[in-house]
Amino acid sequence: MATPEAPAARAPADRNHGLWIFLIWLPLAVVADLLIWFVWKPHLPPGTMSSSAEHQQFDIAVMAVVAAPVLLFVWVYAGYALVNWRHRAGDDGDGPPIHGNTKIQATWIAATAVIVLGLFVFGTVELIVPAGAGAGEGPAPIWQPNTSHRLEVQVIGQQWAFTYRWPQFGGMETSELVLPNNTTVEFHVTSLDVIHSFWAYQLGVKADANPGVDNVAYTTTKEPGTFTVRCNELCGLWHGAMFNYGHVVSAAAFQSWATHWEAVQRSKGLLGMLPPYRLTYDPTVIPQLGASIVKIDGITGGAGYYYPPQDPVTP
Amino acid sequence: MAIEIQPGAGRMQPVAGGPESSRPWWMRPAIHTGLIGAVIGYFLGHWLGNALSYDYAQNALSDTNDVPIILGYVLGTIGWLAGLGVFNDLGRLMLGKPLRDVQHEPAGGLAKYFRYTLDHKVVGIQYLFGMITYFLTGGLFAMAIRSELLSPSYHLLSSSAYLMVVGEHGTMMMMMMSSVVLGPFGQYFAPLMIGSKRMAFPRIEAIGFWLTPAAYIILLSGVLLGGFPTGWTGYAPLSTQAGPGMDTYAVAFGLMGISMILAGFNIIVTYINYRAPGMRWSRLPMFVWSMFTVSFLQVLAVPVLVAGMYMMITDRTFQTAFFANQLGGSSYLYQNVFWFFGHPEVYILALPGFGVVSEIIPVMCRKPLFGYRTAAAGMIGVALLSFFVWQHHLFDSGINPDMRPLFMLTTELISIPTGFIYLVALGTFWKAKIRFTVPMLFCLAMYFNFLIGGVSGVFLSDVPADTTEHGSFFVMAHFHYTIMGGLIFAFMAGIYYWLPKMMGIKLNERLGKIHFWTMFIFFNSTFLPLFALGMLGMPRRVFEYAQNLQGLNVWVSISAFCLGGSLLIFLFNFVMSTLVWREKEVGNPWQSRGLEWQVSSPPPPENFEHIPVILSGPYEYGDPNAPPVADLNPPVGVVSAAYASSGAGLEA
Repeated sequence: MATPEAPAARAPADRNHGLWIFLIWLPLAVVADLLIWFVWKPHLPPGTMSSSAEHQQFDIAVMAVVAAPVLLFVWVYAGYALVNWRHRAGDDGDGPPIHGNTKIQATWIAATAVIVLGLFVFGTVELIVPAGAGAGEGPAPIWQPNTSHRLEVQVIGQQWAFTYRWPQFGGMETSELVLPNNTTVEFHVTSLDVIHSFWAYQLGVKADANPGVDNVAYTTTKEPGTFTVRCNELCGLWHGAMFNYGHVVSAAAFQSWATHWEAVQRSKGLLGMLPPYRLTYDPTVIPQLGASIVKIDGITGGAGYYYPPQDPVTP
Repeated sequence: MAIEIQPGAGRMQPVAGGPESSRPWWMRPAIHTGLIGAVIGYFLGHWLGNALSYDYAQNALSDTNDVPIILGYVLGTIGWLAGLGVFNDLGRLMLGKPLRDVQHEPAGGLAKYFRYTLDHKVVGIQYLFGMITYFLTGGLFAMAIRSELLSPSYHLLSSSAYLMVVGEHGTMMMMMMSSVVLGPFGQYFAPLMIGSKRMAFPRIEAIGFWLTPAAYIILLSGVLLGGFPTGWTGYAPLSTQAGPGMDTYAVAFGLMGISMILAGFNIIVTYINYRAPGMRWSRLPMFVWSMFTVSFLQVLAVPVLVAGMYMMITDRTFQTAFFANQLGGSSYLYQNVFWFFGHPEVYILALPGFGVVSEIIPVMCRKPLFGYRTAAAGMIGVALLSFFVWQHHLFDSGINPDMRPLFMLTTELISIPTGFIYLVALGTFWKAKIRFTVPMLFCLAMYFNFLIGGVSGVFLSDVPADTTEHGSFFVMAHFHYTIMGGLIFAFMAGIYYWLPKMMGIKLNERLGKIHFWTMFIFFNSTFLPLFALGMLGMPRRVFEYAQNLQGLNVWVSISAFCLGGSLLIFLFNFVMSTLVWREKEVGNPWQSRGLEWQVSSPPPPENFEHIPVILSGPYEYGDPNAPPVADLNPPVGVVSAAYASSGAGLEA
């Protein structure tokens, strides 16, 4: 048994702990916010390839600027408390019986409410002004870009690939996504089987692909470059391998790419073979054949694998 | 208000331990008879399913028929419960035979832990061992996930095996861990903390536990059926086209849902009706408040899940089309139903953690809880708001897109009551005398982790920022910080804090500190980089990822293996301390004022010799004028006088 030691010297009773905590916190918070805004923000994802990506980057930076002082306040306070108000050997008494403090509790509630409501107003403005900020807005979006000059692209998800249809180019279908720079793009995202999600990462666009639903998302391209398209909703066996790359190119290069492929597909008769362009498709019906190709009771019911049940071999 | 249920007039005297207690051990209902019942029930159900549906439900593509599988599991579960003797009292009631005494269990022996025992203290211990088993099983699946993600392109698992492991891990953790605190500590301490001798419905409580092994085994049996490809969310139409492993998901989740509903009802009724005299609402321990609010969430939200699972089962068997777009159903319906349950579910996982830490910090700070009402209001506020936020899981789905500002608002509002929990903690630390015991360390870590989880949740509530983060590893990091960093750390705090009370044995403190520091460091080292991975464009549930993310993924995987090692330290400490070393701790090691610490450790079979009279709140530390928390031996007549106005008093 160790002999009880004398209580170590405590901080002077008259020390203004609240002021000390504030004085430690304030410079840390200011430095953290300056670092976030001026050093980190230009590198934050998803980058500046499109208007929606810029808005998302801006939002993430603003949230970080708000979050950092909150995190630092709790950490500084808790660190100060754990150092100064820890149990000292030999002192087995209890702490002061403080049951609460109405002023502090009211201040805390008011402060958190102000932060939260401020973030709500900010987030709503940032959702409406950039026309949905690149998120899927359903079949009838009410927040639209203020230009009627839009490139329409249909994104069709199916297990386990994305294909793109271009209604303004004769309804041609490509497996590659090429977009012109400085253009407002209207994505129509749909699926043929299960739920997928179209995530053009650097482009700042994310919209779920639901079967039978036309999910619209907008963005305006700002910089040429390459972006990644990934499926963002678990869609079965090869979900992890469901990705491809897209490109933002100059308007002239896009025009020649698109007209070239439209001509090729027209000359080979591919355009006539595709089902007519629609906002949604029912994969069990092929109009050219005039009838439903899948028996109704094959859609639901006992474990209907649409694909052979054997495992594909590990690549 | 009645604090004792009177045996009905004309009914014979109940028998302690049930009328079977005089039989030899192998004739008494226990696990072995339960297993026999389960096997008989499974084959009966399988036969019945084949007989009912041999011609119409067979699927030509996969050559499977889900009706016999589902019926096998359902009848197997009923057989398991029947074998355990769950329905015996129903039969006795109908035959007018003496019932089992719900309050007097025969003392002694380990056998009662393997039976359908009605004592809430036995059920609590059963839950404790069950939950640790389920948690470690789910953790093993996590190790498999991280092994696969060591390389972006070389695969240890096939794509279907990877999805199976992801689904088993997610479902095991989300469905079984919903009872990780409410099961062991909620059931054990619900009566002890309010001065009651029993739960309101001891049979329902015990059924709630005995459904969990059934759900666990059924879920695990999915491995034998090829697993399910949907993760823990089970989105249709993917779930409709999946193989028979999907049935294990639906049946197991449904069973666990029933267990949660039953436990919730029981706790609500117990807290309302079985409080001792003087246990006002303003004197309830915070842990009781958290169990109370969680129970409301379970009773109100989980039936939606059970309905969703039922619809999935009928879609897959009787060919209803709730979720089939081509036949008039909607895959949106499943998303809505699932998340209407799913978001309250994550607070079912978070609130018990708040309760445990708020219960422990005043003891270790030697100070009253700062802002008792604020803490209770925080829990009630979180519980209420949790029903109005579910569509933030569907921000990009195209459901109701014009309502996104509303759901952004409700989601952000929930950080106000969550902030109350932090206000209470920080206020309690003010000028305290903080004792760095192992439970306190886990509590502090819980606050640290949950803060990061909560703040990252605010990023996710903002629709534009969420467009980058939605469905990515950022989300995964977020909810692991809140659930593992919050709930599981609080669970560990609870084990170190309450095990001396539950078993009269304390866990080794040195190993406890090693366990804490390794778990805390490797937890953060595992999950902090996941925020970056999500921001850098890695979606969830993929087994192939961009080459440039390999470095971070390898770091995360190695940290995760170390985190697993840390849990092995815990397991070693737990097994050795409870089975081998058995260091006695019978008193009140934390000098807690909690009512549960005023009785011996472990508590006597009846909890309290007499119904106590509560004299003051549980957190009056440092107040020399505060009366003791309760009079455990009140003068004759006090208790019956307290209940005289309700006219049904009974001195026990």
